[in-house]
Amino acid sequence: MNVPAPTGARRGGTVRDARINMSHGSGGKAMRALIEDVFVSAFDNPMLGALEDQARIPLADLATHGDRLAFTTDTYVVDPLFFPGGDIGTLAVAGTVNDLAMCGARPLFLSCGMVLEEGLDVDILRRVVASMKRVADQAGVAIVTGDTKVVERGAADKLFVNTAGIGVVPQGVAISANRARPGDVVIVNGVLGDHGTAILIARNQLALEADVSSDCQPLDGLVATMLAVCPSIHCLRDATRGGIATVLNEFAQSSNVGIRIREDALPLREEVKGACEILGLDPLYLANEGKLVAVVAATDADRVLTAMRAHPAGAAAVVIGEVTERPTGMVVLHTVFGGERIVDMLVGEQLPRIC
Amino acid sequence: MKYVDEFRDPVKARVLLGEIRKLSAAISRNRTRPLQIMEVCGGHTHSIFRYGIQQMLPDEVEFVHGPGCPVCVLPMGRVDDCVALAERPEVIFTTFGDAMRVPGSRKSLLKAKADGADVRMVYSPLDALAIARKHPDREVIFFGLGFETTMPSTAMTVIEARKQGVRNFSLFCNHITIIPTIKAILDSPDLHLDGFLGPGHVSMVIGTTTYDFITRHYHKPITIAGFEPLDVLHALWMVLKQIDDGRCEVENQYGRVVPAHGNPNALAAIHEVYELREFFEWRGLGSIDHSGVRLRESYAAFDAERKFEVPNIRIADPKACQCGEVLKGVIKPHQCKVFGTACTPETPLGSLMVSTEGACAAYYNYGRTDMPLVGVDAGG
Repeated sequence: MNVPAPTGARRGGTVRDARINMSHGSGGKAMRALIEDVFVSAFDNPMLGALEDQARIPLADLATHGDRLAFTTDTYVVDPLFFPGGDIGTLAVAGTVNDLAMCGARPLFLSCGMVLEEGLDVDILRRVVASMKRVADQAGVAIVTGDTKVVERGAADKLFVNTAGIGVVPQGVAISANRARPGDVVIVNGVLGDHGTAILIARNQLALEADVSSDCQPLDGLVATMLAVCPSIHCLRDATRGGIATVLNEFAQSSNVGIRIREDALPLREEVKGACEILGLDPLYLANEGKLVAVVAATDADRVLTAMRAHPAGAAAVVIGEVTERPTGMVVLHTVFGGERIVDMLVGEQLPRIC
Repeated sequence: MKYVDEFRDPVKARVLLGEIRKLSAAISRNRTRPLQIMEVCGGHTHSIFRYGIQQMLPDEVEFVHGPGCPVCVLPMGRVDDCVALAERPEVIFTTFGDAMRVPGSRKSLLKAKADGADVRMVYSPLDALAIARKHPDREVIFFGLGFETTMPSTAMTVIEARKQGVRNFSLFCNHITIIPTIKAILDSPDLHLDGFLGPGHVSMVIGTTTYDFITRHYHKPITIAGFEPLDVLHALWMVLKQIDDGRCEVENQYGRVVPAHGNPNALAAIHEVYELREFFEWRGLGSIDHSGVRLRESYAAFDAERKFEVPNIRIADPKACQCGEVLKGVIKPHQCKVFGTACTPETPLGSLMVSTEGACAAYYNYGRTDMPLVGVDAGG
């Protein structure tokens, strides 16, 4: 992991410390042991195992999957590191896999960059790495290169992860936020706001208890299923920070169309609704980590829905609205009560109301 | 969701809307201008916009969005005072979330936090007290904000702090009271209100009998209302019915929460801890006599204004800003000269644009499609 590996390097270093210290980032033996013991052994693939400064990927192999490379990166700083339904490791792999999948790409290779705070329990790191491996296997991607830095106590909060990812887009697939057309339908793959609610509750600032887990999951398999029945999906995005409200606004603005959604069609758990009622939050803006918003032609809707529902990540897929000509660049919600309101982009963080 | 969905039933809403339409048509036969009903409380404003209630109403009835959003009526100078307190190195400044973005003349608390001040968002004043116990070497100040709804909880926290002997906790008290404010609005000469939806949660504390002066002296009907959309419609129907019947009473639509005499424990806590200030400065409305409270002498040790040097900065509202006229219902938010241009939720000039309960932010966020607006494609 960016350590020059002398030919015939001795393998099998072991980390004996219970906590990360500055020597684990020094480039010396302690760092080497950390990399081999924690990362290489867990991620377990020949490209990483070669211990070169970079992974070398045969172009011919890539070309068998399609005609364009998709390349993305994301950094994960979630607090707390562990929460119901996942941890920073599951997020770091699923998040980057999903960013690739949203253009229809088949995700193939990931990098893993870590910033570790001095004093971090090595066991915590091992748990995070194990989660990364589990989700990577689930998504069929390999973590083939990486980097580790250790910073002094207080210079980072426990553990930050960056993952970059490479995937290949199949020929003929042209998903884009600017392809929504009036008459298209808007589909989501299941209940909304679980991740945001789970994190709020896990932070334990609210003295709220509810049985909500993060929806963190890779979506590449679901997208492949959708593309198999409908190669001409118009728009596709995962609704992470900013929730589906943000994604829908991005579609409306890029495509210069209006989007109308129905509040009574939004799939929401009672627990999520309740937390939002108590805190004055709007579930449309809550983060998800395993939810996508798709825009497809009305004639394709039934086929796509049937395919989605047959996949575990899309079992609760539903149509939530449609694309209209007007109001251009705006999202309008038809409320359960029978009125209408605009759903705008958030200005900043959602702040709870005082009374 | 149980006890919530029942109050959002679209079928019942249609029935009520039909009755409201009949009543307003009957009342409006002899009138030249629409009926103006003020919802005093920001919580109502939020519901009206969140559920799109205004568009469902007949043209003869319009809501005027009153001053009952405590964040909205906070003058810039008070935010500057907060920032000055927060920037003291020994201080941990704690606040409810929605006060974070309110602009001061120099900066908001959010900006002060980014610049290094220790500002923490809490969900209850008791959380602030817990922070004080955890950090005995720091001074923890809680920014007390809001009407009678939030007053009892800060009062109880101060009482608790004294009981526990927590000496590093204090309250920067900016609580305001509803009655003098309604009175000031009723006294303003450019007002044409026909009736009120009374605040629900304030009334849960202070009761309903305190509103008698509105009917006796000003001859305006008032109905205390709950916050679910059916509550709002039902209360509106009740006010219109009063007007149509020629009655003028204090009615209580929110009986499931609001008792006639309020909550005696909450009132006792308020009385124990606070006394009226001679006047308090409001954003957009100016100085209103006896409209704010401060800590009593007996709780001076917990009063941030006595404990620290508060600069007491007074900043005039920006000239272009017409928050006051909006608050009194003289103009609608989008009729303000700077609405949607110089003043947007991203760069709020007036505080009505800051909180989601502020009339301007609500118009901007939820209602733009059906109003003419510079700079935004309203889609015709």
